Amino acid sequence: MCLAIPAKVKSIEGHEGDVEVGGISRKASFMLTPEVMVGDYVLLHTGYAISIVDETEAKETLKLLEELAQQGAVYS
Amino acid sequence: MQFIHEYRDPDLGRKLVQRIHRKSRKPARLMEFCGGHTFAILKNGIRDLLPSNLELVSGPGCPVCVTAISDLDKAIFLSHLPQTITTTFGDMVRVPGSHGSLASARVEGADVRIVYSTMDALDIAQENPQSQVIFVGIGFETTAPTIAASIVEAQRREIDNYHVLPLGKLCPPVMGALLKMGETKIDGIIGPGHVSTIIGSRPYEFIPREYGVPFVISGFEPLDILLAVEMLVEQIEEEDPKVEIAYRRGVKPEGNARAQQLMEEVFEVSNANWRGIGEIPRSGLSIREKFSHFDALKAYDIEPGLSREPKGCICGEILRGIKNPQDCRLFRRACTPENPVGPCMVSSEGSCAAYYRYGGEDG
Ligand code: SF4
Repeated sequence: MCLAIPAKVKSIEGHEGDVEVGGISRKASFMLTPEVMVGDYVLLHTGYAISIVDETEAKETLKLLEELAQQGAVYS
Repeated sequence: MQFIHEYRDPDLGRKLVQRIHRKSRKPARLMEFCGGHTFAILKNGIRDLLPSNLELVSGPGCPVCVTAISDLDKAIFLSHLPQTITTTFGDMVRVPGSHGSLASARVEGADVRIVYSTMDALDIAQENPQSQVIFVGIGFETTAPTIAASIVEAQRREIDNYHVLPLGKLCPPVMGALLKMGETKIDGIIGPGHVSTIIGSRPYEFIPREYGVPFVISGFEPLDILLAVEMLVEQIEEEDPKVEIAYRRGVKPEGNARAQQLMEEVFEVSNANWRGIGEIPRSGLSIREKFSHFDALKAYDIEPGLSREPKGCICGEILRGIKNPQDCRLFRRACTPENPVGPCMVSSEGSCAAYYRYGGEDG
């Protein structure tokens, strides 16, 4: 029930708008993320954007994963 | 980037698994708190990839499963009232109460509707001014702000036929309760991703401080979970327990301030009853006096009678991490997703449902 999936913000009108998930358009509430902008990715939970996905951190985590994987492979 | 496939790369995953094997020496039991993690772990076969000294146990992180049967009975009681539309998230409908379920109430004529969002419940109230609309408000911190938002919005739109049955629950207190009971050995916790999106990482600080247990907040893709396990292993091997975030794209240490503010405005912390665990102080959410006209507990005399747990169901022990679904005599026999005996077999985050689907031979 705590499922939340990344969705791309397509339009914003007041506290509501449209997001896209896997090519499908859905209505979303931005009451919990008033600072959202069109083009952002949000985590969508039961129709509410509960946060804006942090793209910089997303890339950092991937970089970290790759570094850890490299070290793992070298020593094993 | 779409923030999904990047975290499913099998090659990276293999290397990360090798690293965990190389590094992990001490035997450790890691609890994945969240039912969503249990599903992802079983679905991706992560349990089998880990070294044999690491054991994964599921925790109580399934809002449907931890809803006390007496609270479910209240929802079923309300659904039978005339001129009432009961709205709820899908998983709640088929959970057996003491006498039937919301689904069987529907067969008997009750108007029970599954909604995807609290906004939908509010729209139903607006479109049906002659009826009373009740939302069965289960959920953890992830969902509580959306319930709060619907109440604030009902106020703003002057919708007075909308009531919430407040059954919201808080995660840090139940973790504290489990650690305090000490029934099950926990050497590390894979922390809930989306609960933490809302509350941040700080409310868990007491876990390493008071119990010496490592805590890493994880996302839900396979690489997210492997990263969290890797970080837990590091903490365990170094004997350096702390709270860390392996899901930085979704969780900030301070959480979502706006969501916390809405929760704070509408709810106050109260004691709550957890299935299989009992009453835990300050682990639930009640509606504040200021919004009491939206509180179903205040608006109705709810007399569901005596509740009784389903016979033979060991959901409670599974939620406390002391038993596995396979330990239940009814598992796969009398209890299946088509004919569930307990909530852990109904919910899309329930351990029994996860083991039934992905558990393999012995599952
Ligand atoms: S298998 Fe069914 S009866 Fe057994 S614990 Fe799980 S939900 Fe309860």
